[in-house]
Parts: sequence; structure tokens; C-alpha cells
Amino acid sequence: MWTTPFDVARPDGAVARRDFLRVCTLAAAAVGLGPFAAERFAGAAERGQKPSVIWLHFQECTGCTESLLRTSHPGIGDLILDLISLDYHETLLAAAGHQAEACLRQTMAAHAGKYVCIVEGAIPTKENGIYCMIGGRTALDIVQDVASQAGAVIAMGSCASWGGVPSAGPNPTGSSPVRAVFTGKPVVNIPGCPPNPYNLLGVVLQYATYGTLPALDAEGRPLFAYGRTIHEHCPRRAHFDAGRFAERFGDEGHRLGYCLYKLGCKGPATHANCSVLHFCEVVDAWPIGLGHPCFGCTEQKVGFTMPLHQTVEIYRPTGPDTYPPIHAPQGGVSPLATGIAGAVVGGLVAGGYVASKQLSAPGADEPSSPPTTEV
Amino acid sequence: MSAQAQPVGGSFFSPGVRILSGIAGLGALAIAWRLLRGLGATTALNDGYPFGLWIAFDVVTGTALACGGYAVAILVYVLNRGRYSPLVRPALLTSALGYSLAGVGVALDVGRWWLLWKVPIYFWHWNFNSVLLEVALCIIAYTVVLWIELAPAFLERWRDSQVRLQRRLAVVALPALERGSVWIIALGLLLPTMHQSSLGTLMLLADSRLHPLWRTPWLPLLFLLTCVAMGYAVVVFESAFASLAFKRRPETAMLASLAGAIVPIQGFVVVFRLADLAWRGSLGLLFSSDVRALMVWAELGLFLLPVALLAQPANRRDLGALVRAAIAMMGAGALYRFDVFLVAFSPGTHYAYFPSLTELLVTLGLLAAEVMAYIFIVRRFPILSGGPGMAPERQTAS
Repeated sequence: MWTTPFDVARPDGAVARRDFLRVCTLAAAAVGLGPFAAERFAGAAERGQKPSVIWLHFQECTGCTESLLRTSHPGIGDLILDLISLDYHETLLAAAGHQAEACLRQTMAAHAGKYVCIVEGAIPTKENGIYCMIGGRTALDIVQDVASQAGAVIAMGSCASWGGVPSAGPNPTGSSPVRAVFTGKPVVNIPGCPPNPYNLLGVVLQYATYGTLPALDAEGRPLFAYGRTIHEHCPRRAHFDAGRFAERFGDEGHRLGYCLYKLGCKGPATHANCSVLHFCEVVDAWPIGLGHPCFGCTEQKVGFTMPLHQTVEIYRPTGPDTYPPIHAPQGGVSPLATGIAGAVVGGLVAGGYVASKQLSAPGADEPSSPPTTEV
Repeated sequence: MSAQAQPVGGSFFSPGVRILSGIAGLGALAIAWRLLRGLGATTALNDGYPFGLWIAFDVVTGTALACGGYAVAILVYVLNRGRYSPLVRPALLTSALGYSLAGVGVALDVGRWWLLWKVPIYFWHWNFNSVLLEVALCIIAYTVVLWIELAPAFLERWRDSQVRLQRRLAVVALPALERGSVWIIALGLLLPTMHQSSLGTLMLLADSRLHPLWRTPWLPLLFLLTCVAMGYAVVVFESAFASLAFKRRPETAMLASLAGAIVPIQGFVVVFRLADLAWRGSLGLLFSSDVRALMVWAELGLFLLPVALLAQPANRRDLGALVRAAIAMMGAGALYRFDVFLVAFSPGTHYAYFPSLTELLVTLGLLAAEVMAYIFIVRRFPILSGGPGMAPERQTAS
């Protein structure tokens, strides 16, 4: 049978400690936690202290969940069964109807102040939020209720982070991000459409292991994933610097993998780690890798706001006007120095010649020599 | 023979010397500037050209121009042509001055010059596989040997000095030098043979960075030949100008036969170079549009010019023509050595070098100081033979 490092369960259903540690190590490594994270994590899991997670769905397409389902380091099964305790998730829940709602209430009561609340989707606010209701409650009501008793609140995806597609103009339902409707706690935004699931895993596992949240930027995004623009680490950056651009889809430059900036790539204005951490461990599984310009999904003022093929202003360092030399030129020729050197050499040669003429002149070289006067 | 040598006498501060002292003063300022501000700020040296004018001219060309002592020593002591011995002392003087100032040039080229004092002390740190070390040791040793060879000129004067210390030194040292003269002369012949050829070896290390028009395993031989030819040319030049400047009898016949000795060397160098280029299949490069090809043509022309000039018997009796031939010879050797060290050397297309104003001023200042020192010593000490009262050689020869 094909096994992976994450197939930790033996045929009898038990999990070997060694295998479990391996899963924890790989998970911690995949999201960049410290070297002892796995040990602490496994210790917490053995004591039955796996973090309880409540996952809320509002105005969204479930794309974020879909991308999470496709992770393999660790796989979703290892994640929700071994690493965390996913106690409420409308897409993955076995229960339905009142049973599901009861599950939510039980989890909140059992882990009050400790569970992680993950929100996927925007929250409609017009007409008191009647445009999204679950179990007779508005999204507004649910998020206030669940987030206020949570240990950590994470907005998963662009919709929850800054509104995303539902908030695009004219925004008929008044779609708002979590931050706009809930202000009781710091909210970690993990924007993206979808975001790379590892960015979520990194935040959740850090919280589970150390009880802390990562450093955030002004938009509430973890700096470890959103500290730099796509453009800074883009694999096509060399083409940008060399001035080689795809001018239209399917042209020569596009087929050769040139820079997509002129096709409207928002990479220079978009903070995300897509260019270095591709999706689902598949090489080049991200928009630019597949030949499409970045559309800026992690930026509120870019994704779903700017026209798809409009180019962005480049405020970060731009490429040079000409192709840069491999070596910086060194040394130069000073006109003054050449002039002086030429004058000196010419003067010496001319002086030597004139003097030699003087020596050639009969009698000139020894004017006072007695024999000359004798002749 | 040297007993005939007399101090020229006269006033040192002639108008010419005043101009020279001005140039030397500018040079001293440039040296101070370089020592205070460092190489990077004051010279045009860079990562590609870590050596420049001071090495290519002051050392490589300067010591070759200072090979008069070596060349005349070959003639007088090896080939036993005693009649040339009046030329020995002036040749030794120019050599000693040239080598000493080459040493100054090298010292200025040392980046962290304030650590130079460690070099002679920590000799167990020397790299004995280095060509540079061989050149440096040889040049230092030869400079010392040159001054020892020249010492009798000073001691003869000090023998009659008012200062007791000088008198005593002369009485003790002169006989000792007389006894040791064979070994000193032998060293004076061996050392230049070693380091002048090693200067060629030095650029063999550059290998492919040296342009194919100059790149040959025979570089050491060519460097040795050019230094001997330049040495003879300098003796002719210096002797003729000393006679002009100090209104003395020129030794035209002696200089003519000396210049005649250079003709075969010059001709051999040209033929050897062309044959070597043909042997290595680089002859066609002479006809490329590269500026370097033009430089080789200029070298070959300068090498052949004295041959053509001295081919005419009338020119050999004409001191002016002899001097023109000598200038061409010096120019030929100097250009060749300069080309090998700077023009033929290409560390990469992105590097450029032309000496900065500071470098030029230092070199000019050292040259001026050398000429001033020559004039001073010649006026005070018995270096030059013959005198104004003696019959011009042209008349006695005919």
C-alpha cells in the first residue's frame, strides 16, 4: 500500500508516537516554526490540549476551505484529527441542522476563551445583516457571539479580511470584513483568493504551540507571509529588469515566459508570498506561474477594485533603464592627466631632438675648445 | 682610469635646477597627498589595474633606463674593453639613482606603507615561490651593490675632506673596496641579469590577460635584451648631454662604437619578435584594427630607427645623430616595457586605467629629483672624466 509520512495510523487504528512526532515536525517545518515547536506541540496533543477550532462560513465561495483540503504537508486528515480539533466547520461537519448548532454551542461552552475562531467570508451589514442568516441568526450576530468568546480570531481569505468579491461595487449587501464588525480582539487577516493554506497553518500552529500570534502589518496581515511584494521575489523579475515583457496573451514573449507587468500584473503592488510558496506543493501552481498576471487579491485597493489588465504604479525600486552590466566599470581616463602626460613626453622628445641638433652643429658643442680655434 | 675623473665644480643652483626643484617640490606634495589620503583617493588604480604608472614606468622602465651600469660593466669587465672605463662611473651613478628612485616608487605603491618596516624583519613570512619577491630582493641588493660600486667616487673626495670622520672612513674603506671589487662587480653583473629577466617572468604570470602580440615565453629574454640596449643608449645620451650641459669634451668616437654595439641587439629583438609571433601564429594580429597592433608597429619602428640611423657612416661621426639614435633606443625599450605592463595587459573590458594627476606628478617629481641629484653629485664628486681643456675627440680622431 502507498504510504506517506503522514499515514500515522497503524492497521489497528493506534498512532505510534514516533510517527506522530514526525507529523508534528513536518507541520512545524512547513509553516516555519522554531526547532522545538514539534516537541511542544506533540506534548500538548498527548495531554489532550489540541486547539479547538470553530470555522464560520459567511458570504464566500468556500474556495479557502477547498484550498485547505488540498494541503498534503500535513494532509487535511492529519490536520483536523491529530493536530487540531476542528469542532465546527459547516463544509466538513458530519452533523446537520439543530445537531450542528448544538455542536457549536457545546464547543464554545467547553473551550470558552481558548478556541480559535476562523471566519471565512464577508459579513453583510445592510438591513441589519439579513442577507446572510444561519440557524435563524444573522452573520453579524454569529460573529459577534463566537469571536467575542474566542482565544484568537482569524479572518481567512480576502472576503473576511477586507470584503473581497461580495464587497465589490456597488456592494448591495454592505459586505464588510471581520475587523469592521468585530473590534473586541485583534483579528489576524490572511487575505488571498484563496490564501495559501500554509499561511493559516502557520498562525494556528503558532497559537496552539506558544499561545501567541505572529507579528502583523498595518492591515493585520502576518509579516512572515505578507511582508514583501510578489514583485520582489517573482521568478520573472529578471525579465522585468531586462525590459522583456509579454505584450499580449499568447504572443512570443508570453510563450517565452516574459514579465506579465504590461498585461496588468499587480505583483509590484501586492504583498503576499505566492511567488515563493506555491499552492498545494505543485511547482508553478499560482497565477504568474501559470502565465496570468497577479490580480492583487491580497490588497484591498487592488483585487476586485482595479481593472484586471490595468498596470499598477511601481513605488518599490524599479528595474534599471538599461540592462545592468555584470561588472561595475572601474577606472577612467582624466583629460587633464592625458594632456599633461602627452605634453611631458612630447616636450622631452622635442627637447632631446633640438638638443641633438645643437650637438650636430659643427663647433657648437665645444665653443671654447682650443683645437677648434686652431682649425 | 677612474683616477682621471674630476668633479665638474660650479654653482649648483642654475636656472635649470631651479625649474627642476619646482617640479620635485610638486612631486613631494603629491607624495605627501598620496601617503595621507591613500591609493584609492589619489591614484587611478583599481581592482583590474592594481599596478600602474609607478610600476610600469618608475620600476620597470626606470630600472631598465638605469641599466647603464650593468651594460657598461658587461662591456668593460666581461668583454674586457678597458677603453670604455671612463663611462663606468657616470653609468653607475645614473644606475644607482635610477634604482634608488624605483625603490621609492615601489614603496609608494604599497597600500599600507606604514607596515613596510615589517617586511625585512619578518623574513620567515616571505613567499619564496613569488617572482615579485625575487624581483624585490634582487633590486634591493643591486641598489646596495651599485652604491658600493660608486662609493670610491665619494671616498676619493672625502680623503681630502676637512671632516675627520669622512677622512678616516675613506682611509679604511677605500682599500677594502679595492680588495673586494671583484666580488662586488660580479654581484653587479649577476643581480641585474636575474631581476631584469624576472620582470618579464612577472608578466608571464598574467598569461591570457596579456595580449597575444606580447604573450610569449621569451618575455624574460626580451626584457633582458631591451634593458642592455637601453643601458647603452642611456650612457650615450647621458654622456652627450653632460658634455653639452657642462661644456665638456664629448667622447664621440667612444659613444659611436658603443652605439654600434646596440645595433645588433635592436635588430635581433625585432627579428626575434617577428619570428616568435610567426611561430605562435599571431603575426596576423599585427594587421588588425586594434590600437594594440599600432603600438607594436610603433615599437618595431622605434627599434629599427636607430639601426637605420647608424647604418649611415656619416651619422656615426655626428654626435647629434648618435643622440637621436639613443633617444629612439630608449624610447623603443621604454615603450616595449610600458606596453607589456599596461597596454598589453587587459584584466577585463570593464576596467580602464590612465595615471591620475597625482601619479604623474609623483613620477615627474622623482625624475626631477634624480636629475638634480645627478647634477649635484657630478659637480661635487669625481664622476666624469675629461675636462673642458682637452681636445675634442672628433678632431683627434680625424
